[in-house]
Amino acid sequence: MDILQIVALGIISTSLIIILKSLRPEFTIYISILTGILIFYLLIPKFVQVINLLQDLSNRADLNIEYFSTLLKIIGVAYIVEFGSQLCRDAGENSIALKIEMAGKLSILVLALPIVLGLVDLILKVLP
Amino acid sequence: MDVDLIFKIAGIGMVTAVLHTVLAKSGKEEYAFILTLVGIVIVLGVVVNMVSKFFDNIKILFKLY
Repeated sequence: MDILQIVALGIISTSLIIILKSLRPEFTIYISILTGILIFYLLIPKFVQVINLLQDLSNRADLNIEYFSTLLKIIGVAYIVEFGSQLCRDAGENSIALKIEMAGKLSILVLALPIVLGLVDLILKVLP
Repeated sequence: MDVDLIFKIAGIGMVTAVLHTVLAKSGKEEYAFILTLVGIVIVLGVVVNMVSKFFDNIKILFKLY
């Protein structure tokens, strides 16, 4: 059971962080970074399963492979931006977290540009 | 899976905390500060390695080249 491992990992790291917070608060941020990374490693097999399923579905529906990879990239950017901004927020740096989120939104927009262009092309084709 | 890395970092933190208290009590404040700094640098080295591997994995998984 992966979920039990993940919950146990979270509880252990939280208790370690609580112990360390009163002694040396500088070390708590590293423990929380490592915990996030380890939880992600535990989630990789599930991620791979879901991605394979989505890829299979998009192959069956005869979708353009470009769109699927763009979608995947957007999910990845959203995940990594959330990871970083939550870490900054935990450490009390709200302004840096906001800037990371802004950068993430902008890069997602840039990734989505070809799809928007394709939509406009389609509309122009449909219109007489 | 290296869950013991978390325990290692927490252990380094606690050892530095204890040594910091001892050094501060015996009147060597500047050594206590240097000790904390060294502990943070060691932990940062480990964590930066892990973060770089993590980013590589994310790049591969989400095809973010």
